[in-house]
Amino acid sequence: MRDVAIIGVGANPRWGELWGQSLRDIFVEAALAAIDDAGVDHLDGMYVGCMSSGIFTGQEHLASLMSDYLGQKHIPATRVESACASGGLAVKSAFLEVASGYRDIILAGGVEKMTDVSGGEATFALGTAADGEYEGYHGATFPGLYAMIAKAHMARYGTTHEMLAQVAVKNHANGMLNPMAQYRSEITVQQVLNSVMIAEPLHILDCSPITDGAAAVILCPLDMAKKISKKQPVKIAGVGHATDTIQLAQRPDPTWLESTALAAEAAFKMAGVSRKDIDLYEVHDCFTIAELAVIEALGLVDKGKSGEATLKGRTARTGDIPVNVSGGLKSKGHPVGATGAVQIVELTRQLRGEAGERQIAKARRALAQNMGGSGGSAVVHILEVA
Amino acid sequence: MPSANYTREIPQRYRLEASRCVKCGQVHYPPRLICPGCRSRQFETVALPSGGKVVTYTIISVGPSDFAAEVPYALGIVELEGGVRLMAQIVDVPPEKVSIGMPVTLEFRKLYEEGKAGIICYGHKAVPA
Ligand SMILES: [Zn+2]
Repeated sequence: MRDVAIIGVGANPRWGELWGQSLRDIFVEAALAAIDDAGVDHLDGMYVGCMSSGIFTGQEHLASLMSDYLGQKHIPATRVESACASGGLAVKSAFLEVASGYRDIILAGGVEKMTDVSGGEATFALGTAADGEYEGYHGATFPGLYAMIAKAHMARYGTTHEMLAQVAVKNHANGMLNPMAQYRSEITVQQVLNSVMIAEPLHILDCSPITDGAAAVILCPLDMAKKISKKQPVKIAGVGHATDTIQLAQRPDPTWLESTALAAEAAFKMAGVSRKDIDLYEVHDCFTIAELAVIEALGLVDKGKSGEATLKGRTARTGDIPVNVSGGLKSKGHPVGATGAVQIVELTRQLRGEAGERQIAKARRALAQNMGGSGGSAVVHILEVA
Repeated sequence: MPSANYTREIPQRYRLEASRCVKCGQVHYPPRLICPGCRSRQFETVALPSGGKVVTYTIISVGPSDFAAEVPYALGIVELEGGVRLMAQIVDVPPEKVSIGMPVTLEFRKLYEEGKAGIICYGHKAVPA
């Protein structure tokens, strides 16, 4: 396999309800930003991660639509879907194409246009990431599934409502420093606990929002990167990808995200590094409990200790294991197909030293974890300064 | 959920039919075509027991439109005797009285109506044992 570098990154200037822009506009804007950032004049192929454009906007066949409107007619293009892990899977797919030697300059992006439909329809679309016949049929919602994970975590480990809320407080504080964040507002633990209940114990401020947005990265062989781009190349050092049962009920321990644990193990092995070598993390905090369960599955803290570590500030921007310095899904927004791609955009900016006020000093290596459904799929990337 | 799907699920939903792997004995609900434990493809149909306990749960305040009239409702993972786990609403008890470890029994109930002129969707709900 060839070493693969990220030479360009891009996203919309700000995520949120982008009512003036269509699905294709949002994606093309982000992809053009990545193309300009890389300084490339053509693409050899592209991958588009998207969970549910069919339900959200009535549009499928994004491979043709997006390559056409990106001015890249005729290139091989592929749409990939793994629910909320679609963006991460697009990056992995592009990585394989470059690493294998099949093609050189590949764009990987993600997009979701979620605000054209009502809240009820959006809930239905997101619900398709669960087992429709055996979870949805009984009235399960996504907040509901994560709420069951939270209840089990609280019962087993003594995790508290305040610990959950602190994840949201931290990520909103981080998002204050990110110009693209949908919600750039500080919140308090009390505000989270007083906000409307969605699925006990998760309040609305424990949940990531409904968002329109896209993000894209450009990959090429590492040995070509310095000839093509003047930017600091960032190497994709490790890639891990795993699946788990689609039903939460069929996992032996509802608090344990085995797909994330397996994907991380594979990525660390491939990169030949350990957790102490990672300077910052972007993880899939679709709900506050998700960030807690993820940092346990990644092995950043012992099982059951994530809440305590969060309360102590260990995962804050200034802590010893900074998690979601971008503001995470919680503050930045969660256009489901784009989330995995924007994690790579954010970490590349950090590793280039381009993250402005939220820059982690001397960041050399970073990890992104992107997850589908209630943990039925997960993709982990380890990036490093080349 | 479209009506055409509905008939396919009747044995599992109405009679709690599961598949027991003839080779390793694992019971799968819903039934499967290959055993994830031992990869055998031979099964016998068994009915699940109705008694179990709550593994975890939540109280849903904002539900899907089909369940709008039900909120707030308790929804949980129930582990049945023998170890099979499934998702079910926990009813006939105020949601705030539900607890992890609570013994429950599955009962055949109406879940929701498929629109104004659609079929009535049935399945099992858990009630305090
Ligand atoms: Zn078997």
